[in-house]
Amino acid sequence: MPAVTETREAVEKLGQSTYKWGFETEIEMDMAPKGLNEDIIRLISTRKEEPEWMLEWRLAAFATWQAMREPTWAKVSYPPIDYQDLHYYAAPRRKPGPKSLEEVDPELLRTYEKLGIPLHEQALLAGVELPEGETARPPVAVDAVFDSVSVATTFRKTLEEAGVIFCPISEAVKDHPELVRKYLGSVVPAGDNFFAALNSAVFTDGSFVYVPKGVRCPMELSTYFRINARNTGQFERTLIVVEEGASVSYLEGCTAPMRDENQLHAAVVELVAMDDASIKYSTVQNWYPGDEEGRGGIYNFVTKRGACRGARSKISWTQVETGSAITWKYPSCILQGEGSVGEFYSVAVTNNCQQADTGTKMIHIGRNTRSTIIAKTISAGRSDSTYRGLVRVQPKASGARNFTQCDSLLIGDQCGAHTVPYIESRNMAARIEHEATTSKISEDQLFYCRQRGLSEEDAVGLIVNGFCRDVLKELPMEFAVEAQKLLQISLEGSVG
Amino acid sequence: MSQFLEISGLKARIDADGQEKQILRGVDLSIPPGEVHAIMGPNGCGKSTLSYVLAGREDYEVTAGSVLFKGQDLLAMEPEERAAAGLFLAFQAPVELPGVNNANFLRTAVNAVRRARGQDELDAVAFLKLARTAAKELSMAPDMLKRNVNVGFSGGEKKRNEVLQMTMLEPSFAILDETDSGLDVDALRIVAEGVNRLRSPQFSALVITHHQKLLDYLVPDRIHVMAQGRIILSGGPELAREIDREGYTKFLAEAEAA
Ligand SMILES: Nc1ncnc2c1ncn2[C@@H]1O[C@H](COP(=O)(O)OP(=O)(O)OP(=O)(O)O)[C@@H](O)[C@H]1O
Ligand SMILES: [Mg+2]
Repeated sequence: MPAVTETREAVEKLGQSTYKWGFETEIEMDMAPKGLNEDIIRLISTRKEEPEWMLEWRLAAFATWQAMREPTWAKVSYPPIDYQDLHYYAAPRRKPGPKSLEEVDPELLRTYEKLGIPLHEQALLAGVELPEGETARPPVAVDAVFDSVSVATTFRKTLEEAGVIFCPISEAVKDHPELVRKYLGSVVPAGDNFFAALNSAVFTDGSFVYVPKGVRCPMELSTYFRINARNTGQFERTLIVVEEGASVSYLEGCTAPMRDENQLHAAVVELVAMDDASIKYSTVQNWYPGDEEGRGGIYNFVTKRGACRGARSKISWTQVETGSAITWKYPSCILQGEGSVGEFYSVAVTNNCQQADTGTKMIHIGRNTRSTIIAKTISAGRSDSTYRGLVRVQPKASGARNFTQCDSLLIGDQCGAHTVPYIESRNMAARIEHEATTSKISEDQLFYCRQRGLSEEDAVGLIVNGFCRDVLKELPMEFAVEAQKLLQISLEGSVG
Repeated sequence: MSQFLEISGLKARIDADGQEKQILRGVDLSIPPGEVHAIMGPNGCGKSTLSYVLAGREDYEVTAGSVLFKGQDLLAMEPEERAAAGLFLAFQAPVELPGVNNANFLRTAVNAVRRARGQDELDAVAFLKLARTAAKELSMAPDMLKRNVNVGFSGGEKKRNEVLQMTMLEPSFAILDETDSGLDVDALRIVAEGVNRLRSPQFSALVITHHQKLLDYLVPDRIHVMAQGRIILSGGPELAREIDREGYTKFLAEAEAA
């Protein structure tokens, strides 16, 4: 069948160009032994062909990490992690995965179907091993690869013309060392916290974005990222620098539940915004939450922080968190520049045995800085969710203003929701408002919807989406629609 | 002969703070196809409870009796199945759904029942056209479709929104629970016209009301008087006028004596 051969060839060609563009992680055939020590870090650095300074930086972070203890203040519990029992440099899917879709958790497959993911992509997402003799490049997602690559090529040209740098962080270390050296760790220092230190020592994947002065990034760095995000790393590192008067909208994540053999994920994201710059960072996190008992779910310990260095700069975090067994995540803004603005819009959903401790920190340093926090927490099943938010106003931050709204929605009576606001104001002229509500989906609402013909699950989905509207409307359009579907799917079976 | 809607010996109770409270004490009522019946009765006699039980609200426990709807055992069906089968309840107190866009809600509902009835779903364009026309016929402000379901609606606006939903969902049996209360005179006429537009040999309605005015517009085929969880008296349209003139006391006393 010539058509098939043709398609294959086309895909192969395109596949290669993707690799050149560099977002496909190359399939390494070797794997470092378990454990973490200086030799492993040297190995990572060598494999990545890194300059000496990068290795030094990693080693220093490692030394810091060794002196630190794993934090215990979050309201999550999990068995102790043996950090010496992990591979820190391994090819993706080296450990035996499911041999075919038949071996994959049927629940997961059902979800894929609901999301309308084609079979061959389901296999990829579920980490099904390739049969003997097949090429290392996953023979999957032909259409997706085909489309995405052609789209990607056009994207790349557009970005280059605008002067925007968008590449894997490991490439940036080599090609733009002056920028990386200047900004890496400048927002989240290697010693910031236990997981950040670990990430700094061993990170291997992630993205680098640089938007030069006065440039509005001509496209959302979303579709592009999503289609390339298949091998999202265990220790991802993202650095986004936006110069004076420039702006960018960046989207990470994937609505399809991603399975990963690495249970522990510890990413670091750093954002830097100069005068009048603006960064919009949106996340849809849907890591595998484990089965109904929480077995096999991902632990997600993330440090995300943005520095509004310039006057009138703006950083906006929007997140929809539905996945992971454990989520530990506090995207924050350091509002240094006068009149700078920080925003945090969050939806966190927990079901079954999931645990989430998330929130934000808004640190007001400059005068007339403003921040808005809208956090929506939805708990179902036996899950437990905590919103933890810090608003700190430094003495010089006259005219600072914060508005916080935390709403929790409980589904059923076995779940928990907690709100832990920390407010520290050292400036009398600051204005801080905090509103919090806790509600249950009312029987009245459910019955009203069902009387109109909606199934109970559709009714819950509709009510939940209504509850989250203020956050969802902050997401880029295409993603908002998927996120809505995702919310509903995450809560399936939670009522009745 | 099996009627369109046949309620016999229906008893229902509610668990109110651990106390079993019997509300419906044996309701018998049948409605033939194409007819509009009205239920009247003093506050708290169980009219809304009857409508909830017919629509399938789970808080009420049916302890005796049966309900046949177009030959089907209505009480065995889920609320959404009843809706798909053609039952519509205009709520006495319509529920607010914060953050849920009214048009979106309506379209989701319409397509849910269309799917269940084996009809094609309406795409956004076709739906909006129909919804706008229907809203206009009810003299609803165009922005009502864009707002959140019932949130911040005035009493009258909520009732009109119920009638809009009824129109769009094309029920074969509608229960209107005091849809007339809170309406100004013009709104009352508009709402009544909305119901009258649906009238056909395939459409029946049960109208719960306290006022003669609505019945003047609707001209029901039968009037039923409910007291203490039972239908104590049924008659023609003149019965409503009698109640309007003389109140319930006389009828209650007669029922007591009987
Ligand atoms: N959830 C409940 N808990 C306790 N009592 C209830 C509940 N629902 C109904 N009742 C009681 O049942 C009785 C009947 O109520 P229902 O709402 O059916 O009356 P109604 O005939 O519709 O009255 P109205 O004309 O005022 O609307 C009332 O005494 C009411 O207080
Ligand atoms: Mg009532």
